[in-house]
Amino acid sequence: MALNDVSFDLKAGGTRIIYGAAGSGKSVMLKIALGLLKPSSGRVFVFGEDTTDLKEKDLFPIRSRMGVLFQEGGLFDSMTIEDNVAYPLENAITQRNGKARIPADQIADRVREALRFVELEQTLAKFPSELSGGMRRRAGIARATVNEPPLMLYDSPTAGLDPITANMIIALIIKARDTKNTTSAIVTHRHQDGQLLANFRYNPESGHLQRSENNDDGVCARTTFMVFGEGRLVFEGTQDELEHSADPYVSKFKAVKP
Amino acid sequence: MLDILKGPILALQDFFFLTGRALRNIFRSPHYTDDILLQMDIIGVGSLPIVVLTGGFSGAVMALQMSRALATYGATGQVGQIVAITLVRELGPVLSALLVAGRSGSGMASELGSMKVTEQIDAMRALGTDPIQKLVTPRLLATAIMLPLLTIISDLVGLLGGFLVSSITLNTTASQYWNTAYRALVWNDLAQGLLKPFVFGMVIALVGCFYGLRTSGGTQGVGLATTKAVVVASVWIFVFTFFITQIFVNKQ
Repeated sequence: MALNDVSFDLKAGGTRIIYGAAGSGKSVMLKIALGLLKPSSGRVFVFGEDTTDLKEKDLFPIRSRMGVLFQEGGLFDSMTIEDNVAYPLENAITQRNGKARIPADQIADRVREALRFVELEQTLAKFPSELSGGMRRRAGIARATVNEPPLMLYDSPTAGLDPITANMIIALIIKARDTKNTTSAIVTHRHQDGQLLANFRYNPESGHLQRSENNDDGVCARTTFMVFGEGRLVFEGTQDELEHSADPYVSKFKAVKP
Repeated sequence: MLDILKGPILALQDFFFLTGRALRNIFRSPHYTDDILLQMDIIGVGSLPIVVLTGGFSGAVMALQMSRALATYGATGQVGQIVAITLVRELGPVLSALLVAGRSGSGMASELGSMKVTEQIDAMRALGTDPIQKLVTPRLLATAIMLPLLTIISDLVGLLGGFLVSSITLNTTASQYWNTAYRALVWNDLAQGLLKPFVFGMVIALVGCFYGLRTSGGTQGVGLATTKAVVVASVWIFVFTFFITQIFVNKQ
């Protein structure tokens, strides 16, 4: 059993940081939220709707409102970056017999815009194999955000990246969160990621991150932390509560090590 | 004891689920016509060179092998008949299917397997596409349509190979060879000669996709899935050819 006795909710507009060692079940939990895996017991609610027993086809409309970044980006090898990013929009047109929210003639503009957002405009015609690991993840973020879903799930967005690239990816996640007001859940094992997400916000004027002042927009208050250990939820709370936790396993994810 | 059987029976059940869903999707929208055409090109046109080569040589070898036996009865003139019957009924369908299983079945297993281990299948589902509709059904249709066509070409080239050998080594005339070949074939031969590759095509695509989608354990798993796909598809080709032959032999 990968998960046992895990129960939590994610409020609209909130950011949830999910820490845990490898194999602690944090990725499995994201896949259950998406309906990619079915829980053997328990219920799953997404946007207030019980999705636990829904058929794959009935899950599609709900999944179209969730953006996902997979561990290695999850880009389709056989398609160019442009086609990859366009995929969610093209798919909406095929699935709904042409009655999609975004018509076919606007797709190219949308794709360019999404790639400009992650600063990858120059790679339109390239294939995923030609990009570096960090670029692949940025393209993955572009694909996940292209149809502007209200909920974003990030599965280990910084795993296996150098610290500079990792911070860049987190900065993009903050940018996506603050400019599009998305609810976000981020699975990670790096405590730096959580610190950045909880204490920084995107400044649209300067185009850079800035430390959020004491509750000026409530980023810190809306950011909550969870720690998974061996398939169990061992901690849930705010940054303050995390920093003051006495549990030795939870303490591993503190910014300041005891 | 029962635990040993549990694995294979569960796998068989999964295989039938996949088969059912892949077949059902043929009649359901959305239809990925582009993917079907692309797969037809990869599987059909791509396999043409090797199928032509092996078809030609198997016909030539049949003529060579049979010439000695036929010479014993002074019936070397009948070589066309023997080449035609063996090729159209059995060798054409089975050899082409084995080649396509080795070439395309393994390709499907490794492509889908790599997609599985790099989470591309999950991504596809998360983006609202049914991977069976998008990946399995086009491959199934493409193989089931292209393999009979490849077999027809292989049979024809095989007859040509047999003709070259018999006219050079046995000195049979063209009209003698083609006449006996043509007269030997009845509708029953053609029916089984075309039904077989159609069934084999479905087996190759379904087995290849099945093992591809079940891949686990990273790149090592991809290699394992590829091997299994080819081995299992080849074995089933021989099993099915036996049963189809059995049905048609009794009908005569």
